[in-house]
Amino acid sequence: MIRLKKVSKVYPDGTEAVRGVSFSIEKGELCVLLGPSGCGKTTTMKMINRLVSVTTGKIFIDGKDNAAMNEDALRSNIGYAIQDVGLFPHMTVGKNIATVPALKGWPKARQMQRARELLQLLRMDPEEFINKYPRELSGGQRQRVGVARALGADPPVLLMDEPFGALDPITRVDLQDELLKIQQEIRKTIIFVTHDIYEAIKMGDKIALMNEGRLVQYAPPADLLFRPKDAFVAGFVGADRALKGLQLIRAQEVMRREAPTVSLDESAAIAKERMKQEGTDRLAVIDAEGRFTGWMESAELEMGDKVRAAMTTKGVTATKHAVLSEALSLMLTSGLKVLAVVDRMNRFEGVVTFEDIQASLKKVACDEDSA
Amino acid sequence: MRHHVVLVSLLALLIGSTVWVTSLGKVGIYTTFSYGDLLYSAWAHFKMVLISVALASAIGVPLGILVTRPGLEKLALPVIGGANIGQSIPSLAVIAIMAPMLGFGLRSAIVALVIYGILPILRNAYVSIKSIDPAIIEAARGMGLTRMQIARKIELPLARPVIMAGIRISTVITVGTAELAVLVGGTGLGKITLTGVFAREALIILQGAAPTAAMAITLGFLLSKAEQWMTPRGLKVGAEIL
Repeated sequence: MIRLKKVSKVYPDGTEAVRGVSFSIEKGELCVLLGPSGCGKTTTMKMINRLVSVTTGKIFIDGKDNAAMNEDALRSNIGYAIQDVGLFPHMTVGKNIATVPALKGWPKARQMQRARELLQLLRMDPEEFINKYPRELSGGQRQRVGVARALGADPPVLLMDEPFGALDPITRVDLQDELLKIQQEIRKTIIFVTHDIYEAIKMGDKIALMNEGRLVQYAPPADLLFRPKDAFVAGFVGADRALKGLQLIRAQEVMRREAPTVSLDESAAIAKERMKQEGTDRLAVIDAEGRFTGWMESAELEMGDKVRAAMTTKGVTATKHAVLSEALSLMLTSGLKVLAVVDRMNRFEGVVTFEDIQASLKKVACDEDSA
Repeated sequence: MRHHVVLVSLLALLIGSTVWVTSLGKVGIYTTFSYGDLLYSAWAHFKMVLISVALASAIGVPLGILVTRPGLEKLALPVIGGANIGQSIPSLAVIAIMAPMLGFGLRSAIVALVIYGILPILRNAYVSIKSIDPAIIEAARGMGLTRMQIARKIELPLARPVIMAGIRISTVITVGTAELAVLVGGTGLGKITLTGVFAREALIILQGAAPTAAMAITLGFLLSKAEQWMTPRGLKVGAEIL
């Protein structure tokens, strides 16, 4: 799909930003360009849509030399999202998203239809947001609109330059999960620049690790972690490889789906019986719609006749797309050794326990030793 | 709202004092100017300001924008710097220099007023483009908008309020500076004020100065309304202030 062939960039002042980089990205793959600042990753990305010109070498998109295409046409067929978003403040959310469709001369009705679809895809209510202005949105909402705008005319290729870099940690994780979920549906070829190794491991099908303008290693995340090619890669990946390896495992891979539950309106006696049956001292409490509302602990059985009265309401949740490192950090901050896995409607799907994570950690560490 | 109350009372005071002095008919040994004289001078003053600001805008806005364009950026420093120097010379001196260069007459007066009034317009036009978040321009380029499309659809709408503010500031300054135009053969309310100065009669000075101030306040107010009207809606909403 995208092939870089011995691409170099030398600026007029003699700075060699990129030196002879060659690699290719398959259709539908998410490729992360990773490295310390100044390693040439952003320059490499910008040469793909020719925001930066190549000094030597060639870049092929679908077999066609990108230097031979009209540069504005080339760019309008490649989605582009950046850290600072750069929404047009004088245009509504709808108009912003429809920027490229408008350039391509789509009829007005179809432009707005597309904007609605994309807002929906990014889990923003079209009715509420389509006529708002960027200044009326939160940082996370702006970046969602930024991603929607990049997808405006349904381009096959997406370039993303640290798109979630300026967001707070919770919003960032949220948007990472969202992008991964969307990617399963739309299967775009994505080039994703970041300097954050955790983000790279979580997002990438493959990671291209760069240093001082050179491509050091190009491999799937697990290989980068456990089969580092040289000292630089090992150093960049860090000593806590096993912990980072938790980024590779999602909650859905270890969660217990058959976890025992009790309904809010059942009696404490039933809860006690069920705990005994299941050999556990904790039940997930769900309401009539199956939504997770908290935990019922054995110590609380005497606190009331009904589960509703006796239960403690605290409890942390994550979706099944969350990676184990996020689950672990949620447990550590909440002080609970258990986490409820829920869907978007907060419906209970299963649990992940601290022991499950420990077991995964051991397994990852074993893989490392054998590698 | 409070702003409006202050504005209206100030205007009433200025116009009231003008009417009062005019109705006196005689101050000491001097006759005050008639309503006819006043209206004629005020109209001449207004026309002079209008022509000068229009010329200053016609030169300043395109020039200010032009020196933000890639390739011409090197010119920004000399152009803005030159305008800065123009403004730092006392207005009286700028006007005085014009007389020996271009002779006495309305033309010299207008050239002087343009030179003196161009800086705020030029500087605001330059700043209006330069202060646009670079991420906005990068995103636009990344999506394939051509340079012309970026200028027309993104940069100009965002720059418009700041450009208008420059024109407003320049107008208010020029109304005041135009008082001096009469020194090089121009017309306007300066004729009345200067007569008062030469006659050493404060009330006749007031007869020229008060309507000048009223004109400056009124034009400033009207142009600030125009500025608000030209500000895109998306820039007025939200918690953030530019």
